[in-house]
Amino acid sequence: MALTVAVHKLTSCSGCQLAFLNQGPALLSLMEKVTFVHFIEAGLYDPNTPVDLALVEGSVTTKDDLERLKQVRAHCRYLVTMGACATSGGVQALRNMANVDVWKRAVYARPDFIDTLADSTPVAEHVKVDFELWGCPVTQAQLDQLILQLSRGVLPKDDAEKVCMACKRAQQVCVMVTRQEPCMGPVVRTGCGALCPSFGRGCYGCFGPSEQPNGDSLANRFAGLGLQPEEIVQRFAGIHSHTPSHQAQIKRWQQLIVKEIE
Amino acid sequence: MSEGRKINLKVPFITRVEGEGALALSAKGDRIDTLHLKIFEPPRLFERFLQGKSYVEVPDLSARICGICPMAYQLTSILAFERLFEVELPAHLVRLRKLMNLGEWLQSHSLHIHFLAMPDVFGVDSALQLADSHGDLLKRGMQIQEAGNTLMRLLGGRSVHPVGLQVGGFSRLPTQNAWDNACVQVDAAIIAADQLLQWCAEQSVPDFSHDFVAVSLQGLEDYPINGGDIITSSGLSMPVDEYPQRFKEHQVSHSTAFYSLLDGKDYLVGPLARINLNYHRLPASVRQRAEQLGLHFPSQNMFDSLRARALECVWALNAARDILKEGCPEGPANVDYQVRAGTCCFATEAPRGLIYHHYTLEDDGTVANCTIIPPTSQNQARIEQDLKQAVMAFGLDKSDLELKHFCEQVIRNYDPCISCSTHFLDFRIKRDN
Repeated sequence: MALTVAVHKLTSCSGCQLAFLNQGPALLSLMEKVTFVHFIEAGLYDPNTPVDLALVEGSVTTKDDLERLKQVRAHCRYLVTMGACATSGGVQALRNMANVDVWKRAVYARPDFIDTLADSTPVAEHVKVDFELWGCPVTQAQLDQLILQLSRGVLPKDDAEKVCMACKRAQQVCVMVTRQEPCMGPVVRTGCGALCPSFGRGCYGCFGPSEQPNGDSLANRFAGLGLQPEEIVQRFAGIHSHTPSHQAQIKRWQQLIVKEIE
Repeated sequence: MSEGRKINLKVPFITRVEGEGALALSAKGDRIDTLHLKIFEPPRLFERFLQGKSYVEVPDLSARICGICPMAYQLTSILAFERLFEVELPAHLVRLRKLMNLGEWLQSHSLHIHFLAMPDVFGVDSALQLADSHGDLLKRGMQIQEAGNTLMRLLGGRSVHPVGLQVGGFSRLPTQNAWDNACVQVDAAIIAADQLLQWCAEQSVPDFSHDFVAVSLQGLEDYPINGGDIITSSGLSMPVDEYPQRFKEHQVSHSTAFYSLLDGKDYLVGPLARINLNYHRLPASVRQRAEQLGLHFPSQNMFDSLRARALECVWALNAARDILKEGCPEGPANVDYQVRAGTCCFATEAPRGLIYHHYTLEDDGTVANCTIIPPTSQNQARIEQDLKQAVMAFGLDKSDLELKHFCEQVIRNYDPCISCSTHFLDFRIKRDN
């Protein structure tokens, strides 16, 4: 039996859905394994038919997002988050650290027309999540692995090892050791194949925190490289700012900024 | 429509557009009362959270506005900063920027033609339903899409949220192996794109021609992609710096996207606008092929947009081949520059049309404020105007289902990217006799 799949979108850039529509002829062989039931961008609208797998792209930023998410959970066997927004709140969770009304007024002349919740939150804060695909964007390999495993009746094993591990295996030269680039690799999970270091630049953390991230040590090292507290905050306040381990560093170094002013 | 017929139709989402939006149409007898393209894509407040970030972080963050055209956001911000910092790029880096840009156009256009528009030609809901009956057409489209993705990966590492671009050039130059692979892919896709153009020319197209103003960039010699002045079909020509004086944004209560107007009126950006204004800038061989296939531009028929996209694919692949023929570049991947404070702006042509960025930077390159105007918020007013005229010409006496399908096609002609413009096509028709 082919796996039935629904692809849902909440607040996001639509980039993770592209992992399906952007994979070339492999999509045609994928369609022998799965039956898409609901996938708005691909033209299929049927949100409430029960499916084996619901993939959710996007974070919860409106009341409507939340209502739709509850319906998604009620109509699927496995709910899997697809990408940074659904898994950690995404880049738009940067507003969680600010007053959203002030921000709305900064962008919109008529903020009263804009309906949005104070925070951008991950799906798992609202409903049970069976598996998380980290990444901004997710990769083809992540989706293939998920569908292969689910079609055999099991969930994949989570791989949360660090970018550094993939980087070493690719025999790349460390950009932090050799070029003093502030690289997030030591605290960020791999999945990209250590892409940024392969371009000679530091990792900026698309895939979110790794297993056992030692943020204290890495941030201390950044300070040793000469980064100011504000710059260290910015390294952690990127794509996955709403995760607890990144929040810990943001708060720690923000306190230091205040102390300097005092 | 028979007297006394009262219909209240609700279809929750318009499918096959990027992002999500709704349409509300209410009609009394043979007259439209209101027709709104409702965009309620939740706001993500990009322009605000970029404040306080270093200019270095802007390209990686602004890319996240859109998963379909991330590079357009990255490159427009980078080119604005390079203008402020007075960075002069060596010719090989300028060519590589264009090559990557062509890749994004190819990927985006092919996605639109095959996954978003083609089901309308065959009267099905989804391209996924065409896999058995028209697998060859889909494979051909995927080949063009893949050629675009290959160019994006060559220079950016991945096609969604690429990582290779930076102020001053690239973080590294491509390898010879990857370059050779791109040459093979582009050569094969050129044949596929020519067949696609022929297929598009053979499809019958309804004629809903009407007057509208087209806006695009125009460079000195080449077909526009990542630079030049802004020109309009109404005869205006202006440097990009004058954009804020002529183009004004406003908000409406039914949308989270801004409406942009030129001197108070709606206008078109995108492939058809570019072709209409720059047809003479296409190489003679590309124009000859179009004419041989019976295609005529300029066109005031938005249903010719599909053909415009296919023609741009042919142009983009030929332009990519010309760059690739010059060989894998050697030399520096980037140049040094001096950060300085000031305001800067730039406009490029994203796959869906003109994109404008404006920044004010502090001494150390921290963003003090910014404005980002994506193509779809510029097209939003135009789409509503087109719908009003086209629905009247199509006939309000048609069934709700026919009207729904027709409106969706009119909207898809613009390939709206609703994620960009700040979520939803939910179709409501209210008839009141």
